[in-house]
Amino acid sequence: MDRGSPGGSVLLVLTVLGGLLFAVAAAATHDPLFRFQAYIFVAAAVLGGFALTAAISSGQLRDEPDKYMDGVVRAGVIATMFWAAVGMLVGVFIATQLSWPNLFYFPEAGWLNFGRLRPLHTSGVIFAFGGNALICTSFYVVQRTCRARLFGGVMPWFVFWGYQLFIVLAATGYLAGITQSREYAEPEWYVDLWLTIVWVAYLLVFLGTLWKRREPHIYVANWFYLAFIVTVAMLHIVNNLAVPVGLLNHHSYSLFAGVQDALTQWWYGHNAVGFFLTAGFLGMMYYFVPKRVERPVYSYRLSIVHFWSLIFIYIWAGPHHLHYTALPQWAQTLGMTFSIMLWMPSWGGMINGLMTLSGAWDKLRTDPVVRMMVVAIAFYGMSTFEGPVMAIRAVNALSHYTDWTIGHVHSGALGWVGFISFGAIYCLVPWLWKKEALFSNRLVEWHFWISTTGILLYICAMWVSGIMEGLMWREYTPQGFLAWSFIETVSAKHVENVIRMVGGLMYLSGVLVMIYNLWRTVRLPSAEPSVALSAPLPAAA
Amino acid sequence: MTGENRETDAVTGVETTGHEWDGIRELDNPLPRWWLWVFWACVLFSIGYWVAMPAWPGVSGYTKGLLGQSDRREVAASLVDLRALRGAESGRLTSASLEQIEQDPELQTYALALGQSVFGDNCATCHGAGGAGAKGYANLRDDVWLWGGSLEDIRHTIEFGIRSEDPQTRMSAMPAFGRDGLLQPAQVADLTEYVVGLSGRPASKAAVARAAPVFAEQCVSCHGPAGKGDQAVGAPDLTDGDWLYGSDRASISAQIHNGRGGVMPAWGRRFDPQTIKALAVYIHANSGQ
Repeated sequence: MDRGSPGGSVLLVLTVLGGLLFAVAAAATHDPLFRFQAYIFVAAAVLGGFALTAAISSGQLRDEPDKYMDGVVRAGVIATMFWAAVGMLVGVFIATQLSWPNLFYFPEAGWLNFGRLRPLHTSGVIFAFGGNALICTSFYVVQRTCRARLFGGVMPWFVFWGYQLFIVLAATGYLAGITQSREYAEPEWYVDLWLTIVWVAYLLVFLGTLWKRREPHIYVANWFYLAFIVTVAMLHIVNNLAVPVGLLNHHSYSLFAGVQDALTQWWYGHNAVGFFLTAGFLGMMYYFVPKRVERPVYSYRLSIVHFWSLIFIYIWAGPHHLHYTALPQWAQTLGMTFSIMLWMPSWGGMINGLMTLSGAWDKLRTDPVVRMMVVAIAFYGMSTFEGPVMAIRAVNALSHYTDWTIGHVHSGALGWVGFISFGAIYCLVPWLWKKEALFSNRLVEWHFWISTTGILLYICAMWVSGIMEGLMWREYTPQGFLAWSFIETVSAKHVENVIRMVGGLMYLSGVLVMIYNLWRTVRLPSAEPSVALSAPLPAAA
Repeated sequence: MTGENRETDAVTGVETTGHEWDGIRELDNPLPRWWLWVFWACVLFSIGYWVAMPAWPGVSGYTKGLLGQSDRREVAASLVDLRALRGAESGRLTSASLEQIEQDPELQTYALALGQSVFGDNCATCHGAGGAGAKGYANLRDDVWLWGGSLEDIRHTIEFGIRSEDPQTRMSAMPAFGRDGLLQPAQVADLTEYVVGLSGRPASKAAVARAAPVFAEQCVSCHGPAGKGDQAVGAPDLTDGDWLYGSDRASISAQIHNGRGGVMPAWGRRFDPQTIKALAVYIHANSGQ
């Protein structure tokens, strides 16, 4: 191991070999889509090769065992905010398409079709924005709570850039029409394999850092992050078991068929919500909330009990996505009852998060970042109550396939995942870039109110349209015929669709305000003594 | 739990666990009582639900539940209810002729209701929710018909489709006069003027004169000498104001050039005969005839 750049030269060799491999694949394949994706691999290898060479020769990768590795966390913060803007912009665009399908219809440009942009939005927000937020905060939190530098030399950087490559491959693939047609698992086999490599490296970095920790115990945030990393690896591998048409072909066929395939997909899909969007972000909450409000976590016992009950029960709840389908009824029963039992384990996290504020409730008034995180926890509580309700078969009979589901997902995604991440990043940026404080608390206030109003518009519109269309779909005429055709129920939601689009646009606007605020924060004079000793600069430079 | 570092939190008076990570400590609060009770209530409810309903799988089969409820049986029962609700007309529709259906107000009402329900989720995709069509998709609300507008004509079109894969499909193909080089571009331009003239609009007299022999040679076999069309081969009337692919010169010229012909699926492969009858009656009744 060269101490100058631990693992750097090995990674460089692998990068060059990988680039050559895909250059050969691009030349040999008869599949234009696969060639297009192979070129992206090649381009990434070329860029990565040059960047690595430069970094090794300039000594930027040298190991500093007594320092935290924060460069990769800073990069993660930037990537998080970049993908947030991209993913949400695509969301607003497809919401506009749903509002005015005739105006925003581009038959000549297939890549602008709703069907291709929709996975770009969902993956962009869940995996690109949410994933980057989880990776960068977990890297930050695990170092602080273990008092140890990240394990693995250059491996954290490989995880970061490898994950960005996964995002680019997935996103460009969707636009080109490459998809497995599995919700939240649309990328094809070769992208899945790449993500598996990246994810295993992520797991090694995390476990290695825990292993070298200089604290007697493992902090609760790290249990949640670890559960997220391990379970997502398992879900990803099982759900993407597939046989490629050929080694030089982009397409593959699932190993499972029929209802087994559907159940595997929703076992994955639901636990992606459970372990990616719940457990991972609970890890974030368990560090940033007590840190920001400077109060102890409310209950250690509650954190243990709700962690294990959440882990044990969540994994069974997937069948509630397949109520009243070909899935055997007994499996539906299990999916429904485990969803109901999941209610309190989910709320354990909410209680622990909210009650951590006891003794510091005044911060809700004085610190907009705390307010953002508290509202995130409130949305978490609301959507983890709504989820079990919607999993009840009789409720699901009305809600399934309607906009209600879309609203439910967004109260979780915009309210919980979005706001807790924003809260964490508002904390992180001054810490990482060594600033006294954010550029402007007033802008955080603006962000908070614009985005909160946006969420409320969004989810209220979806409740109304979802329940309306659910009622319309099941309505029979006195003669025994369906009262409404599908297209009539679509036209009936026009106003709600427009309100949803406005809500999404407001949420996106808040994020743009945040990006501006963070940008100005980074440009503030540094709070480090060496800089503070120089001539005083105006606060808002 | 390490006892030595335990301290009492000044704000709440609760002891901490004695651990600390990066300044974060944990209080040793018990589980909230209400949280625990609601959790056990949910578990009890679930156990009760498993006892009552189909729940746990075994080696062969699964526990059926004390209530003996079954989704399959409920679906079968509600289908029986639905048939009862739809009443005797459902059976009579099978035996009645299309004309008899139209003459029997009760039966017609039933057929219209069934037709409307089926039309909305199957035909509206192309013909529009109101049946007014779009460019390339026939308007079913006017009195202009490519393949005939009688009840039997409509039923036949629905059952076998147009240019579909069914052997009995309605079939015809207008040649792509320009694309396949049957006519020169100048001839296509002249014919366009001729067709514009046929529909009673001002057109270049010289072009019309030049196109007359071409029209007689190439077009009359289907569209007729006066351009009135022929429903036997689905050739549209060129003298009315109704245009499937557009009325302006560019659209007409493009149609002569490419000879487009739309495809309609054979719905007989998807619907039972009484549904197709109901659709024919519904479309006929809404076509202004």
